[in-house]
Amino acid sequence: MAKVKGTLVIDIERCKGCEICIGACPASVLSMSKLVNKKGYRYAVEVTEGCTGCVNCAIVCPDGAISVYRVKTNE
Amino acid sequence: MLTREDIIKEENLVYKRTSLLTPKALSYCPGCGHGTVHRLIMEVVEEMGIQAETIGIAPVGCSVLAYEFLEVDMQQAAHGRAPAVATGVKRVMPEKYVFTYQGDGDLAAIGTAETIHACNRGENISIFFVNNGIYGMTGGQMAPTTLPGMKASTCPYGRDVKMMGNPLKITELVAQLPGVRYVTRQAVHTPSAVRKAKKAIRIAFENQKLDKGLSFVEFVSNCNSGWKMTPVQSNVWMEENMFPFYPLGDIKLPVE
Repeated sequence: MAKVKGTLVIDIERCKGCEICIGACPASVLSMSKLVNKKGYRYAVEVTEGCTGCVNCAIVCPDGAISVYRVKTNE
Repeated sequence: MLTREDIIKEENLVYKRTSLLTPKALSYCPGCGHGTVHRLIMEVVEEMGIQAETIGIAPVGCSVLAYEFLEVDMQQAAHGRAPAVATGVKRVMPEKYVFTYQGDGDLAAIGTAETIHACNRGENISIFFVNNGIYGMTGGQMAPTTLPGMKASTCPYGRDVKMMGNPLKITELVAQLPGVRYVTRQAVHTPSAVRKAKKAIRIAFENQKLDKGLSFVEFVSNCNSGWKMTPVQSNVWMEENMFPFYPLGDIKLPVE
């Protein structure tokens, strides 16, 4: 059966570290960074496999920092 | 095995920040609902292909800098007077899509008269109203929409209804007016709420094609700086305290 695999590109300079995306992710792939960006905010990072590209994180992000890519795969 | 690089290709892109927002970083606090509402309005404008025909009216409040972020024609209005300015713009250019973007201090306090009369006249505009129960920009003072018992910098022991009056449900108030076609209350704190809110914005813009009255969309939002909470805490507080008083859903639908 075809599976859906997604991944995220997070604009870390745009992220303000509000953490709303983390609760919105059904696959729990997001976490906060240990480092900070130029403004001093910790930013969201994709830490585990399992993103399905559902775009939930991207549509709740107030700063529009997340781009989502998705492919269908047979693996 | 697919690698990250295999997936990140232009043809696999399913979501990115709309190009109708300027590249500038939003000036709002982390987690503020304003950013999401800005983006949803611009996504709807992009989907409808009406960028060149849209005119936004930015009021005073946190949204005062909206013209810095929205890539459409914008006009600044005096505090609370956005519906009056929008009335003028729409009457001069009836073929344009005109919207106002206001906060609760702007729309429900200083601009109550302009709001009510624009709604009552049934101006063919869309009003987007972000209600966070507080004056966010000026330092978290009590707004007309502040809940009973809710703390603000000008009511540090909580809003005392006996002394400071009751919170104003302006959305229910305007829903009674015959000039208003569509009234709804939405939120933008969860993915499902965001999807519903976007549909409401779409209806509000589509209604302008029909010329049958004003569309009024309220967004119950957080103000984590003003409420002195983290963004995630403020969203939980909003669900527990704001939603019982300001229930989400459609308040007035068009009667065909």
